[in-house]
Amino acid sequence: MISFRQSLAILSGVLSILALFFPLGELNGEAVSLWSDSGLTAFAIVSMLASVAVLLNRLKGLKADLVLVILPHVGAWMLLSRLDVADQHLASGFWCLVVSSWLMAWLLVDQLSAKKTKTPTAKRFYSIVVPVLFGVWLLLLWELVVRGLQIPTVLLPPPSMIGARFMASTDILWADFQQTFLKAVLIGYILGCGSAFIIAILIDRSPFLQRGLLPIGNLVSALPIIGVAPIMVMWFGFDWHSKAAVVIIMTFFPMLVNTVAGLSITSSIEKDMMKTYAASYWQSLIKLRLPSALPFVFNALKINSTLAMIGAIVAEFFGTPIVGMGFRISTEVGRMNVDMVWAEIAVAALAGTAFYGIMVVIERACTFWHPSFRSSR
Amino acid sequence: MTTDALISPGVTGGQGLWSRLMSGKTGPVLVIVMAIIAIWYFSAVMLNSPFQKEIYKRNSVEWTTSQLISDTLSQERPVLPAPDQVVVELYKTTILKKVTSKRSLVYHSWITLSTTLLGFIIGTVLGILLAVGIVHNRSLDKSLMPWIISSQTIPILAIAPMIIVVLNAIGIQGILPKAFIATYLSFFPITVGIVKGLRSPEVIHLDLMRTYNASNWDLFWKLRWPSSVPYLFTGMKVAIATSLVGAIVGELPTGAVEGLGARLLAGSYYGQTIQIWSALIAAALLAAGLVSLVGISNKVVLKKMGMAQ
Repeated sequence: MISFRQSLAILSGVLSILALFFPLGELNGEAVSLWSDSGLTAFAIVSMLASVAVLLNRLKGLKADLVLVILPHVGAWMLLSRLDVADQHLASGFWCLVVSSWLMAWLLVDQLSAKKTKTPTAKRFYSIVVPVLFGVWLLLLWELVVRGLQIPTVLLPPPSMIGARFMASTDILWADFQQTFLKAVLIGYILGCGSAFIIAILIDRSPFLQRGLLPIGNLVSALPIIGVAPIMVMWFGFDWHSKAAVVIIMTFFPMLVNTVAGLSITSSIEKDMMKTYAASYWQSLIKLRLPSALPFVFNALKINSTLAMIGAIVAEFFGTPIVGMGFRISTEVGRMNVDMVWAEIAVAALAGTAFYGIMVVIERACTFWHPSFRSSR
Repeated sequence: MTTDALISPGVTGGQGLWSRLMSGKTGPVLVIVMAIIAIWYFSAVMLNSPFQKEIYKRNSVEWTTSQLISDTLSQERPVLPAPDQVVVELYKTTILKKVTSKRSLVYHSWITLSTTLLGFIIGTVLGILLAVGIVHNRSLDKSLMPWIISSQTIPILAIAPMIIVVLNAIGIQGILPKAFIATYLSFFPITVGIVKGLRSPEVIHLDLMRTYNASNWDLFWKLRWPSSVPYLFTGMKVAIATSLVGAIVGELPTGAVEGLGARLLAGSYYGQTIQIWSALIAAALLAAGLVSLVGISNKVVLKKMGMAQ
């Protein structure tokens, strides 16, 4: 029986052998074999040897880590620099090597995720390194495929071009970020979540309102609320106010439903105990029920962080002043400045992930007592 | 997200009807719906009256309060249309128009619905495949799962115009680009749900399968897959709603040709508020219908499998 690891090694080895015999590409109309590029030849031979060693179980432990960290990345670097040769047309040999080095990297990921770690710091380290490796290879393959196949940059620019554009136009990106994120998203998010939280506490005293509002809230959470964007733009004008209004409406119902559900989570035995302490309604709310509702509240805050970004950006498709992330995306698409669009998307992705991440950090700090965090050991 | 609002228990009559109505969910929901409609009418009058007063002033017409109210509720392009105006518009564009007409809301809803369903189906298949890969392959679990989670923190809808323009450029047109956006939004809840579901069998059940000398294949089809079905449906309920959002947003950058999103965009270009609201209500009805459909099939399937609670 061949293990997953061994089959990866076999594939990688076979591909690096094939690369030695297939044409690397065409230069000025003439076929070029791999042997003309000494660096890539060496890489193919070494990776073939490494695959055989993995297959025969000779390459293990720290030695294997070292080889697999160095080999595929040096290979990828050589493949990337090969792209700079002008007037060439890359062929099957090149792609065999690309796939072979990618499989090597996968071997590394497989090996790292199988590690049995002793300390929590080491565990944390590996839980970060593995997905980062995955992301790096995604970018590497993107760059190699787009530039190697000479895909027009209008369709899909390589990451290096997007990065260059990002660096060159930080001032525009910052202005858009300010307009969309710091004004529309943050203000709308705070107002929407805050008002829903307060209303949830108010209707908590009336079981009648709770029974009536919860099903409606659940229903509304499933509706395409984003559709109110054109109405809000009509009511509140083109500036950030209308976008903030869309964000308020989008974030309101998830927060309301979750807070009400969270407030009803306390068991009767806990409420009875508060009663034996002669706690007033407000005392038991603040000391018992709000803390135990926090996991639900943070769940809504996390969902809403994504919804708020989406709401603000989509609302900008319906009309904006000449600044903002959604505006920039829709106009630059029209002008075929695709690298700028991708730079803007990168900003949106970074902002969205950071926003979510901050919520997770605050959640950990506030609900450290919750079983879902305690049992992680 | 539950469908309690849609499948609220019917009241069977008998004594104490009123108190039974009010102690269940139906009564409170009805009261709140009435309150919302009342507030809607009130705000329609308030929001539309400045413009109406302007008209009176320009034509130097004497006006009474009752006349003002009836006029504000029947403007042609109101700031906020009254509920009955929206209902009339809905009736006109669904029942009175031919289904194939470009002005028929049924036609536009069908366009959006087909995009939603295609995106949802692709998303479900993709979500299941990813989940199976994640559960069965250690390195995929460690490397892919964090990216799947962070993929949803990225406001993907921002990329919608991008995807559509690019796919158009390489010759993929029509329904597929829009469906891709719906797919991107809908695969996530399915993947997360199924990963949880495939891992939900207890150790004791896994051990039992092992004593039967079950292969990995049997383990999957006879234990893991059946126990993940309830999770699949929970994911599908969320996924179909987000798929509809994706389909509507996907229609925006194509330039307001067809679909509910296009109706929204066209309405906002020409200030046709009644049209926007009726498209919005149609989208809401579509969402409610789809979610309850998934809810009903959930109940049926679980009952057939003998898993109904």
